[in-house]
Amino acid sequence: MAKIVIDPITRIEGHLRIEAKVEEGKVVDAWSSSTMFRGIELILKGRDPRDAWAFTQRACGVCTTVHAFASIRAVENALDITIPDNARVIRNIISAIQFVQDHVIHFYHLHALDWVDIVSALSAAPTKTAALAQSISDWPNSSVTYFKGVKEKVQAFVDTGQLGPFSNAYWGHSAYKLPPEANLMAVAHYLEALDWQRDVIRIHALLGAKNPHLQTFLVGGMAVPVDPNSQNALNAGSIAFMKELAVKALKFVEKVYIPDLLAVASFYKEWASYGGGVGNYLVYGEFQNDNISNTDNLWLPRGIIKNRDLSTVHPVDQEKISEYVTHSWYEYPEGDGTGKHPWEGETNYKYSGPKPPYDFLNTDAKYSWLKSPRYEETPMEVGPLARMLVAYASGHERVQAVVNLVLGKLGVGPEALFSTLGRTAARGVETLVIAEMLPVWIDELAANMKKGDLRIHANEKWDPKTWPAKAQGYGWYEAPRGALGHWIKIKDTKIDNYQMVVPSTWNGCPMDAGGRKGPWESAIIGTPVADPEKPLEILRTVHSFDPCMACAVHVVDPEGKEVTRVKVI
Amino acid sequence: MDCSGKHDVVSSEGTIYESLLKKGFSRRDFLKLCTTLTATLSLPAPFVSRIAEALETKKKPILVWLEFQDCAGNSEALLRATKPTVGEIVLDTLSIEYHETIMAAAGHQAEKSLADVVANHKGNYIAAVEGSIPMKDGGVHCCIGGRSALEIAREVCGNAMATIAMGTCACFGGIPAAAPNPTEAVGVSAAVPNIPVVNLSGCPVNAENITATVVHLLTFGTLPALDKFNRPLFAYGKRIHDNCERRAHFDAGQYVRRWGDEGHREGWCLYEMGCKGPETFKNCPRIKYNDGTNWPVGSGHGCIGCAEPAFWDRMTPFYERLPQPPGFGVEATADKVGLGVAAVTGAAIVAHGIGRMISGKNTRED
Repeated sequence: MAKIVIDPITRIEGHLRIEAKVEEGKVVDAWSSSTMFRGIELILKGRDPRDAWAFTQRACGVCTTVHAFASIRAVENALDITIPDNARVIRNIISAIQFVQDHVIHFYHLHALDWVDIVSALSAAPTKTAALAQSISDWPNSSVTYFKGVKEKVQAFVDTGQLGPFSNAYWGHSAYKLPPEANLMAVAHYLEALDWQRDVIRIHALLGAKNPHLQTFLVGGMAVPVDPNSQNALNAGSIAFMKELAVKALKFVEKVYIPDLLAVASFYKEWASYGGGVGNYLVYGEFQNDNISNTDNLWLPRGIIKNRDLSTVHPVDQEKISEYVTHSWYEYPEGDGTGKHPWEGETNYKYSGPKPPYDFLNTDAKYSWLKSPRYEETPMEVGPLARMLVAYASGHERVQAVVNLVLGKLGVGPEALFSTLGRTAARGVETLVIAEMLPVWIDELAANMKKGDLRIHANEKWDPKTWPAKAQGYGWYEAPRGALGHWIKIKDTKIDNYQMVVPSTWNGCPMDAGGRKGPWESAIIGTPVADPEKPLEILRTVHSFDPCMACAVHVVDPEGKEVTRVKVI
Repeated sequence: MDCSGKHDVVSSEGTIYESLLKKGFSRRDFLKLCTTLTATLSLPAPFVSRIAEALETKKKPILVWLEFQDCAGNSEALLRATKPTVGEIVLDTLSIEYHETIMAAAGHQAEKSLADVVANHKGNYIAAVEGSIPMKDGGVHCCIGGRSALEIAREVCGNAMATIAMGTCACFGGIPAAAPNPTEAVGVSAAVPNIPVVNLSGCPVNAENITATVVHLLTFGTLPALDKFNRPLFAYGKRIHDNCERRAHFDAGQYVRRWGDEGHREGWCLYEMGCKGPETFKNCPRIKYNDGTNWPVGSGHGCIGCAEPAFWDRMTPFYERLPQPPGFGVEATADKVGLGVAAVTGAAIVAHGIGRMISGKNTRED
């Protein structure tokens, strides 16, 4: 049968197109294509490495901060800079609230409408909704009057005849399973989460001027001063402000997000058997416990899980990473048959797809702006599920406890994790365990201030005159969407080469030379599709990965020049 | 252009005010909102009643939000809007018929939403654009639904009442247009010439300025007064340096010399650390970000000039001190000092940046 096309895939960051073959109500083949290219790495060449974080941060405005982190770590690694403890703690706080806020936005505003039918909410009885809400949580907004108000508000909106962003969707689709009262509860929390996310992210404004696109990162530390005796620096008032927001963040996760996740999941348990994907998981790890870049002293551990085998966590060896362009709009001089280590990358970006406007891509040839990264020639999934699996298998006590709790409440075993539902649940587990740590890191900052430690920046190597003529390094970071790596080469104080290998490239890549499909492509295959005109089920699995396309498009040297191997320090 | 009110900004049943009342707004809440909007628009207090009147009588305008070579940072900024909040914007203030990052529909159904607006509301809707538009090789570097960004922009912006460019990429090409501009990226005005465009530059845009622009359009039936870069004077009419809370330290010669030094902790001037406030026109110091919580200089990092054309080339290296701004006074505007600044920072770089912005040529001279 003919292919179906979903383009644009909405409720993601960036431009993603999925083409799929559906036979007898199931996806039998799938292709993932990124359709936008900017070339940020090319733009970085010749610039001041201290500026790179600001450029790379613009790779993505949804998971803002993540490329800034990877960038400053790469430069610090190249220049052998150890940051002050306050800088590490401030970075952990910024990361933590980013994870929490981003995951909640994903659940309610990007993913929920795959499971929640807003139109059905209009037929909900507020009494039943209140009973349901009160049975799963003691969150205060749960009275009959409250849900009656929400219902009236939505009804008034629908009555205007203009559904705005909610028009033309798949409402009434047979794959929606929630009863009306659960739909109304979810709609209420969709709206509450809109206000919550705006409020709690003010931690970023306090520490980093604004969100999105914080302006506080420095190679060697952070730009926000710390001084309990100044009104222009982080002081006791700032600590109190952050603690208040951290409590709000944790409360919402504990009392709204997690109960909603469990309630919604209980109606969709069959999704624990779809969307498993490649079954290999890669994690760089995050939340540094010491001040050296790329330390392995991490609160969420680094590691690899192979073939869904949780009995062994393998170490990560960056030498085993290679990238293919067989089906990507780039060229290798030697041809498309081999993969290349990112440090040896040599690429011409060259579009060879159909001339727009087009109906279909030629998926037998090149079909995406994403390259295909492989670890030991194997496609790897990255992201919350990968992190929770590696932490679980590594014996991370809190992760194990929360994962077991969630599995127990849903009445499923650990095998259920390898699925669309497992991926969505893992994101919730991760949000909770990180939200619990946020006050801990804020206390750590306060304790440092109490000790009189006011250092925020390692000044010794700020001046480029202090740098060696040549330096090279890499920076690893766990973004909300998964393992992120930047590689930099510095020559005569300028960027000689810059490379980013990002989460959605791992997850959303096209096939490699061996025809091995990437995690999204693999996960979509086997997904049931009740109505090929309304492929709601495909969106569920794609959204479970939380795609982020703008950062995923990867480019290296356009002249086809050999890029020298960067030595890991 | 024609924004004279001849076109009714028609959309749904009910006015914005009615919509807010249904949502539980009191008359007092409503007037508070009008007062805030008046302040953001830099209008004198008597205008509060005029804005209130406009919101009481005008219907919700239709808006479609296009994303091209973007990072969704401006969409995220919209999610952080506080006056009004994004919930109020989506439900009450605007009828957002198309926005890839938030809309429920996908694929053909999403494209239908956009096509319906263009077909049924020609000349009566607002187009918002986020991200630059690549001109190289027939626009193959950004396609949505199999169509190039350029083709979509021509159709959607070309038939809009007005286009609002959200953020520096949509205004001037932004980061994709930074040297060597691999995809020949340009802003909306360069890609689709001769259409009415308001540029709300910034990386990202400040959401409060979006609302204020729309309200201005509704209240007065015209676009706000613009500077030579088509940015509203109410938000871009004054230099950051002249509104800066640390200006007194600049005048007193009190500068931060090292990150974390005593001057840094005491909130002294960041000029020596590379602050681009003296060359940047935006209302950041007044309205700040994230519900007025903070702004770059307030948090201890210099301004990077993100509201200015070609800032990725003109304002870098970010940590290099600007040449002494010669004789700037508070009376100056972007129109008056634009070329004066160019002379200071290096005319060649500026001419290069602006030239590329206009021509979209893939050149690199630095």
